[in-house]
Amino acid sequence: MRWVWLSAVVISAVAGDLLQSREMKTEGDAGAPGLGRVLRLVVTRWKLGLSIFCMAVSFFAFLALVRTEALSFAVPASAASFALETVLAKFVLGERLAARRTAGAILVCGGIVLVAR
Amino acid sequence: MLSWGGLEWVSAIGTTDKTALKDRGKAVAWRLIVFVTLLKPLSNLFLAWGMKELPPTLAVNPLLFLRAMVDPLVVIGIVMQIVWLLTRMSLLSVADLSYVLPVTSSGYVLSALLGRVVLHEQVSPWRWLGVAMITLGTVFVASSPRVTATPEDRR
Repeated sequence: MRWVWLSAVVISAVAGDLLQSREMKTEGDAGAPGLGRVLRLVVTRWKLGLSIFCMAVSFFAFLALVRTEALSFAVPASAASFALETVLAKFVLGERLAARRTAGAILVCGGIVLVAR
Repeated sequence: MLSWGGLEWVSAIGTTDKTALKDRGKAVAWRLIVFVTLLKPLSNLFLAWGMKELPPTLAVNPLLFLRAMVDPLVVIGIVMQIVWLLTRMSLLSVADLSYVLPVTSSGYVLSALLGRVVLHEQVSPWRWLGVAMITLGTVFVASSPRVTATPEDRR
């Protein structure tokens, strides 16, 4: 069961972040929107609503995971979403992963695993 | 309502000074990064404080979950989490996802420090090594361009 919950945590977190990033980029041309504007966007744009739903699924799947598994497994294992999101940001969002950014992401990912030990 | 200095940024669009526009955009993005990074560990701290006052049977009793929702410290933590989520969304409008993820991970560093200083938790040498790796990784990513994808790339 642990892998089912872990997959739910990772897949829903990745889907939520990718949806959010893609939708919010269309708003960034006129500067970063304030909290009120973001709240309005969440209500009016179904993809942003769906991204919040995905994040909620990820949160509750994580709670279910830590009920049966040790936190020292759950936190580093769910950091897989970090690695997966970085790779998918390149292929889905068209972001360019230069050497410095890739090296930094690998260091942070390894650091998260150690912090959760 | 919070606007992250966005109005100043928008007003700069009317000018022909592209450097000023870029600098203001950068300042707004950094303001958001600092806010997102600080808010997450602080909200976790409030949640941890609030949850510690509740019995350990919380995980198996839904009624205790409801009781947790009215604990003032937990409520503050939840409100901070909501503000964090909206602020992070605002940040994603002006920065790449592959930039935001590592840069805002410096919150893990702050969490370890808050745990050590405020909650007097033991932090192992491995954890401090992890903190050092996150800090170094954050510096690497933060020194890369904030936005790399054009609207055409995203299609």
